[in-house]
Amino acid sequence: MAKFKGTVVVNTDCCKGCELCIEACPLKILGMSHHCNSKGYHYVELKDEDACIGCASCGYVCPDACLTIYKVKL
Amino acid sequence: MTAKEIIKPENLVYTKTKVMTDVPMHYCPGCSHGVIHKLIAEAIEEMGIQEKTIGVAPVGCSVFAYNYLDVDFQEAAHGRAPAVATAIKRLQPDKCVFTYQGDGDLAAIGTAETIHTCNRGENIVIFFINNAIYGMTGGQMAPTTLEGMKTSTCPYGRNTDIYGFPLKISDLLAELDGTCYVTRQSVHKVGNIVKAKKAIKKALQNSMDGKGTSVVEFVSSCNSGWKMSPHKANLWMEENMFAKYPLGDLKDTEKKHYGQ
Repeated sequence: MAKFKGTVVVNTDCCKGCELCIEACPLKILGMSHHCNSKGYHYVELKDEDACIGCASCGYVCPDACLTIYKVKL
Repeated sequence: MTAKEIIKPENLVYTKTKVMTDVPMHYCPGCSHGVIHKLIAEAIEEMGIQEKTIGVAPVGCSVFAYNYLDVDFQEAAHGRAPAVATAIKRLQPDKCVFTYQGDGDLAAIGTAETIHTCNRGENIVIFFINNAIYGMTGGQMAPTTLEGMKTSTCPYGRNTDIYGFPLKISDLLAELDGTCYVTRQSVHKVGNIVKAKKAIKKALQNSMDGKGTSVVEFVSSCNSGWKMSPHKANLWMEENMFAKYPLGDLKDTEKKHYGQ
């Protein structure tokens, strides 16, 4: 059982779908959405909400600073 | 526990820094420039020097850096950012002055300005983004292009007999007496990003303390110019770029002052 629980909020308007966060995520729980944003890019979304530990790896590697990470200790 | 219960200001771990504006960046998806902009903004915020910092923007992909960082900015002619930064720092010595330049700007057209600024030991910071290519104009060969690397102007690979050898400009600058801190970093992994931020902070502090010129080189990827996906470009960079441009500090000292 994970000691931390986190979540990722994606600013879908500025995500360009580079997929760097998907590679950086240690748990591989991020994925591309089927929807597009106003610029026509598929944006990233959290696929498994329960598994996120809020490590913020995705946030660090995001070139467009569109990820906000929250974390609580259980 | 649902996501709604977690999303509270007191649980915030990471978000966009206030030193960055809300303008969407024009860079290609996965470009290293975004991460480096973010790191510089975070370093400025953490050091509390937003009001004291003046940046100098180059010509190249990062020409619009002034739109994204919420600090005072001056645009320079191609390659002349260190000369402009020299004037700013000499006229306002209490400010923290940095230039942000790519390899086409710093290592090609602006070689003379770069070398002489570093040789004079101006108390500025030079952020040098090295992606071994002219990204903005369509991926032409730059002085830093690796041996055998294919670009749009050397489609059979860089032949060193004709085009010369990759220019290791940071090693050259480390030889000069005016530089105090020369380091080579990258931003493709979380660990490297944390290290790069430390280097940025140290360089900005050196500028404030008047220790000499600090040069922070970022070995970065240009996935559009290299014709790869962002992730593959990072892997290619690890495999090929780091052999020619190894990461780490090249110099960490203080310039000798007159009469010392």
